[in-house]
Amino acid sequence: MNPKLVRKLALTVLAWSVAGIMFFPVAWMLVTAFKTEIDAVTPSLVFSPTFENFVVVDQRADYFKFAMNSVVIAFGSTILALALAVPAAYAMAFYPGRFTKDILLWMLSTKMLPAVGVLVPMYLIFRNTGLLDTRTGLIIVHTLVNLPIIVWMCYSFFKDIPNEILEAGRMDGARPREQLFYLLLPLTLPGIGSTALLAIILSWNEAFWSLNLSAANAAPLTAFIASFSSPEGLFWAKLSAASTMAVAPILIFGWLTQRQLVRGLTFGAVK
Amino acid sequence: MTATVPLPATPAAKGGGRAVRTLPFIAPSVAVLLVWMIVPLAMTLWFSFQRYNLLNPFLTGFAGVENYQYLFEDPALWSALANTLLLVGWVLVSTVVLGTLFAVLFDQDFFGRGVARLFVIAPFFVMPTVSALIWKNLLMHPVNGFFAYVSRSLGLPVIDWFTNIPLTAIIVMVAWQWVPFATLILLTAIQSLDRDQMEAARMDGAKSIALFRYIIVPHLMRPIAIVVMIETLFLLSIFAEILVTTSGGPGVATTNLTYLIYVRALLEFDVGGASAGGVVAIILANIIAFFLIRTIARNLTA
Repeated sequence: MNPKLVRKLALTVLAWSVAGIMFFPVAWMLVTAFKTEIDAVTPSLVFSPTFENFVVVDQRADYFKFAMNSVVIAFGSTILALALAVPAAYAMAFYPGRFTKDILLWMLSTKMLPAVGVLVPMYLIFRNTGLLDTRTGLIIVHTLVNLPIIVWMCYSFFKDIPNEILEAGRMDGARPREQLFYLLLPLTLPGIGSTALLAIILSWNEAFWSLNLSAANAAPLTAFIASFSSPEGLFWAKLSAASTMAVAPILIFGWLTQRQLVRGLTFGAVK
Repeated sequence: MTATVPLPATPAAKGGGRAVRTLPFIAPSVAVLLVWMIVPLAMTLWFSFQRYNLLNPFLTGFAGVENYQYLFEDPALWSALANTLLLVGWVLVSTVVLGTLFAVLFDQDFFGRGVARLFVIAPFFVMPTVSALIWKNLLMHPVNGFFAYVSRSLGLPVIDWFTNIPLTAIIVMVAWQWVPFATLILLTAIQSLDRDQMEAARMDGAKSIALFRYIIVPHLMRPIAIVVMIETLFLLSIFAEILVTTSGGPGVATTNLTYLIYVRALLEFDVGGASAGGVVAIILANIIAFFLIRTIARNLTA
C-alpha cells in the first residue's frame, strides 16, 4: 500500500477514536433514551429498543409547557435583541463616529460582568416588579445578556459589505432607514441568520438566570431538566428521553452555524 | 462631461455620515445596556455596605465594612476561591492542550472529516444541566454508571466520583464541555494559516514535529490567548453543573465563588453578605476582562 494511504487510514482511525470518545456521553444518552427503566440502570448495549419513554414524556403535558417556555424565551429574546442590535450595528459600521470604537468595546465589557455579581439586585428587582417566574422577565434578561454579542456579530457582517453599495442607494435618494431595510438586510441575510441561530442557542442553553429567576411557571427546559437531579436514579430512561428532545434541535442549529459561531464567540478576533 | 462632476470621495462619504443622525439607531442598545450595567451594579455595591437579611426585617442600617470583614474571615470564602482557581486552572490547561492537539488532528486529511468534526464539537451545544445529569447518573454513578461498569469488567476498584473526588469529577465534566470550544476556535485559526508557508517549510525538509513547533504553535498563540480569556470569564461563573451534581458538597468541597454567593443570597437570604461576595466576583472578573478587551481592541479597526 502506498504510504500516503496508510497515513490517511491511520489518521482516520485516530481522529474517529477521538470523535467517538468526545461524543460518547451524548451517544450514551441517546441509547438510554430508547431503553426501559430496568435496562437503563444496567450499562449494556443488549436491549430491545422502545419508544415508550418518548411517549411518556410526550404525554406529560408539563414537558410541553417547559419546552414552549424555552421556545418563547429563545425566540422572543432573539427577535428583541436583533431589533435593538441591527440599527446600532448599521450606524456604527457605516457612519462611524469618534466614539464608535469605544461604544463597541464598552458593550463588550458589559458581557464581562459576572452574573452572580448582580444576582441579588436582579432577584429583588424581579420580585418587586412581578417579573419573577415570568417569560417576559427571562426574555428581558436573555436579551440583555446576548445583546453585546449580537451587536458585534451584526457589526462584523455589515463591515464586510462595501460602502459603495449603500452609496449607490444614497445617490438614488434612499434614506438611512431605507438603505438598511432594502439594501443592507437582503445582502447580509445569511449573516443575520447565523447571528439569530447563535442567539437562540445561547438563550436555549442559558442556565444561571433561568435557574434563579424562574420556577414552576416560566421555567425553560434547562431548569426543568435540573429538577430531575432528585430523586436520584429513578427515571434515567425518561430523563434521557427528555434530555434528548431538549438537546436535539440545538445540536442541529449548532452544527449548521459552526463557522460563523467562531466569529460571534470570539467577538471577531478569530475569523 | 461626467468626469468633471466632483464625486464625493469614499472616506468623505463615510465621514459625511455626520449629516446622518446616528443617535436614534444606536441609542436604544446603549440605553438598555447602560441601565442593565449601572442599576444592578450600584445596588450590589449599596447592599454590600448594608445590614440586610430578608429573613430578619429588623436588621437594617449601614454596616460599614462589616459584610466584607465577615466575608474575609469566613473560611468558606477562601476554600471557594481555591476551588474556583482549581476549577478554572485545570479546565483551562486541559482544554487548551487537548484543543490544540484536536485542532491539528482534525485539520488533517482523513475519511469522514466533516462528520467527525461535528461529533467533536457536539458537547458544546449540550445544555449545562443535561451534561451534568448525563455525567452524574449515566457515566459516573458508582453503581449503575458506565464508568463503574467498565471498572468492574476490568477488575479495577470502582470510583465514587462525586463523593470521593468531587472537584475532579466536575473538572472532567466541564473540560468535556469546553474542549470543543477550544478545538473549534483553534481549528478555524489553523485553517487561516498560510498554506504556502507550510508547504515551503515541508519542501525544505521540515518534519511534522518541527512544523507544529515552529509554525503552527506560534501562529496559534493569539487565538489561544483569546480562548483562555473567554473561557476564564465563563468558567468563573460555573453554576448549573455544580447545582445539579453536588450542590457544592460534600461539605463545601465543590463550592466555588459563584455557588457560595448563590447560597448566601437565595438560600440564606443574606443580601448584604451575598452582595459583598458579588463585589469580589466582579473585581476578579474585571482583572481578566481588562486583558481580554485590550487584546480584542488591538484587533478592531473601527
